[in-house]
Amino acid sequence: MIRITEEPLNTQAIVDSVISPNGGAVNVFIGTVRNSTKGKEVVRLEFEAYEPMATKELTKIAEDAKQRWPILKVAVHHRVGVLDISEIPVVIAVSTPHRAAGFEACQYIIDTLKQTVPIWKKEIFEDGEVWVAAHP
Amino acid sequence: MKVKLFGITREIVGGPILEVDGIGTVGELKAFMMSTYPRIKKLNSLMVAVNSEYAKEDLALHENDEIALIPPVSGG
Repeated sequence: MIRITEEPLNTQAIVDSVISPNGGAVNVFIGTVRNSTKGKEVVRLEFEAYEPMATKELTKIAEDAKQRWPILKVAVHHRVGVLDISEIPVVIAVSTPHRAAGFEACQYIIDTLKQTVPIWKKEIFEDGEVWVAAHP
Repeated sequence: MKVKLFGITREIVGGPILEVDGIGTVGELKAFMMSTYPRIKKLNSLMVAVNSEYAKEDLALHENDEIALIPPVSGG
């Protein structure tokens, strides 16, 4: 299931949603808000999404991953809005018959998400703010 | 036609929607945005989505298309 939401992500529920009787492994990626960037203290992050397109792009990534690896179930949940340090902006869970494919698929999904999905994050500092990746 | 704006481009333009006229293609829209808002030129990249799909420069724009500027993404 693909979901973009303002609500806090329930990691256990997302993991449970991909568990399959045919599966031997669930691989999970959890992104968390880090308290610094390039040595500078981050106060919080603000995420926004172009929602229908972001869901569409995430669905494409999940479908691509299913073509490349023997995935049983996949879930990608991304949060938007204001997130404090250590909160969870993204959870990806993939179930596969064997573990190797799950590791690879999970990495593929997060790497591609960061390149193509129209979601943006702003880092808020004590003395300013920066849209991540906007400038060289 | 209306152009949806997000992230840094929303802040540069000063609102979530911009009305533009006389723009024929994706390439023309990008050129217009960059000349009207020079700060957009300094971004790492600028894409345009038409009806929720990334669009090529030569794609023609129509009044009823859903058009969005996509500045460099940074999800995850």
